[in-house]
Amino acid sequence: MFASKKTKKLETQIDEFLDKILSGSLQFKQGVKYYIENLNDMFEKTLTEISTTEESADNLRRTIETKLYLHTLIPEYRGDVLGLLESVDKVLNKSKETIFQYSVEKPNILPEFASLFLELTNTSVTSVEYMVYAVRAYFSDYQKVRDNINKSVFYEKEADVLADKLKRNIFANTNLGLAEKIHLRYFTYHIEQIADSAEDVCDRLSIAVIKRFG
Amino acid sequence: MIWIFLSSGMFLGWSLGANDAANVFGTAVSTKMLRFRSAAIITSIFLILGAMISGAGTTHTIGVLGDVNAIAGSFSVSLAAAISVFLLIKRGLPVSVSQAIVGAILGWNLFTSSPTDINSLILILFSWVFNPLIAGALSFVLYLLFNRIIKFSKIHLLEIDALTRYGFILAAAFGAYSLGANNIAKVVGVFITSSPFRDIQVYENFKITALQQLFFTGALSMAAGIISYSRKTIDTIGSKIFKLTPISALASVFAVSVTLFVFSSQTLHKFLLTLHIPAIPLVPISVTQAMVGAVIGIALAKGGSYLNYKIIGKISLGWLITPVSSALISLLLLFVMQNVFQQKVFEKISFEVNEQVINYLQSGNLNTTKINHLNGITYDNQSSFRQALDYVGISSEETIFRIFQAAKIEYFRLDSNYAKEKLNPNEFTQGEIEAVKFLHNESFKHRWQIVEKLSLISEDWRFLTPNPQNLYYNKRLEEKYEIIFSIFKLR
Repeated sequence: MFASKKTKKLETQIDEFLDKILSGSLQFKQGVKYYIENLNDMFEKTLTEISTTEESADNLRRTIETKLYLHTLIPEYRGDVLGLLESVDKVLNKSKETIFQYSVEKPNILPEFASLFLELTNTSVTSVEYMVYAVRAYFSDYQKVRDNINKSVFYEKEADVLADKLKRNIFANTNLGLAEKIHLRYFTYHIEQIADSAEDVCDRLSIAVIKRFG
Repeated sequence: MIWIFLSSGMFLGWSLGANDAANVFGTAVSTKMLRFRSAAIITSIFLILGAMISGAGTTHTIGVLGDVNAIAGSFSVSLAAAISVFLLIKRGLPVSVSQAIVGAILGWNLFTSSPTDINSLILILFSWVFNPLIAGALSFVLYLLFNRIIKFSKIHLLEIDALTRYGFILAAAFGAYSLGANNIAKVVGVFITSSPFRDIQVYENFKITALQQLFFTGALSMAAGIISYSRKTIDTIGSKIFKLTPISALASVFAVSVTLFVFSSQTLHKFLLTLHIPAIPLVPISVTQAMVGAVIGIALAKGGSYLNYKIIGKISLGWLITPVSSALISLLLLFVMQNVFQQKVFEKISFEVNEQVINYLQSGNLNTTKINHLNGITYDNQSSFRQALDYVGISSEETIFRIFQAAKIEYFRLDSNYAKEKLNPNEFTQGEIEAVKFLHNESFKHRWQIVEKLSLISEDWRFLTPNPQNLYYNKRLEEKYEIIFSIFKLR
């Protein structure tokens, strides 16, 4: 409404960056689903997609950072915004790494764990989704930031509970050897970590919101 | 020689530009919202415009406070103010140039035994109290308002950033305009009576008046201060007093600009009077005082816990010291100027108390019992007349001021040819010009005699009942009388 073309473009780029994070986490969710359902072609395609998404998100973040510094925009909040964007980017990096580990290590997910794995993945991704909404709202909508932070943190806690349940089930299983159990726990831990890093972003955001809106 | 004398005014203008103008845009630069170069250019341009277009509003108050009538005196007064400003800045105190110049003028009055117009002084003292209060209240409200808008308007952070920058440009321009309008009186006010400039006729109907030239010179020196030195003072103002965020800085700058405007806008003053609202007097105020008030307002809006009472105490002390030290330096400089450099720091004025003067004072409801003792005596300077008044027991400064005005001897002779030539029909009504012509070849010893005579023969020359509604009519008429005095005064 009031901004110049340059600023408007930057606004769009920030939005695009957040869109990439969102689509990256949805691709992660799809990837885990395809893996569990043994849809290998689809899974490999998702791998390529998430790689591309992650790379373009990285590029966008760098462009945004450069522009913020170059035009000395939002001097008071620049540090906060850059920190936020970097930590948001890390969430996508983590999703990409995890899905690549599936491709490399090919964990043996027994059918009895499939639904809990899927549920854990969904919950972690939901936590990331709300985190993205909260970051987006930080730029313009005070009330929505708080609402979305609360939702994201709620789903992170849910993910913790599910991960705990899954790990207990894994180790209670008598058909698996210790190596396989540890391998599955490792994957459980990584999916759970995605929600944890979303929570880290939310913690950072809570402070930034206080600074911005008082 | 004249230019050497005027240089002290320009030095004061320069320091005002370097210090006070930094208050207007300093926070915008220190919060990285505007580049120094852009801010300095905008401020300089609008400062010059403000001084040229609206500068006359407050000059009157300073002029009345002390009619410094010799250029060496004006030089000393300006230099005293500039020195005291410089010394206090070195002590790290946010100094008020207004207070320095008022103190220096009072020093001149004391040195020359001239009475001080208590009413003008009261107006100025009033502004010293109300200026920071108004700026503080405004910044308090503006800060809360801005915060509320940001919180609930759902405007993107980057757009707020852009808006804040526009806001700073607007506030800097507005503030600089008001600063020029309000402060030019401080810089060149004391030179009005002894100005080296003469009117320049550019076209038939367009002339650049001596006053405009004087204002332009003063404004240029202020702009020079901004461009050459304000960069250094910005850091102090932007961070030392209080750490401001862009939004709080914007609120404070707006508050200061509006306060400056309120104290210098004749248009607003007239408008308030037409609404029957008591208007704020037009006096030159201190931007520093307004800024300190505005910053305190912000701190209070943030809950008050950021307030540093020690610094506030130090600042208040500085505000007490400034006029006093300036008056003392002024006295010292005038003494040195007169006795060491053999310069005339004031024009001697002769006074005469006679029946007519006594009657005139009586008609103004003044008890003349004591002054009757001086009937028939002439005095050839301010000091001896003041001593005489003291001797007969007249001690009220206001009464002394009125007697000085009435008894002052100046020689005037009205001339119809001169009136035809000099009185511009666009400025004066036909009735006014005719009345002046009617008094062809008549001589007068006192200003008030011309006023009495002219108002007797023409309705156009009559003052209206003094009330807020007639204020501007009477002020305009006063200005016309001033023109008559300056045209027909025998030199």
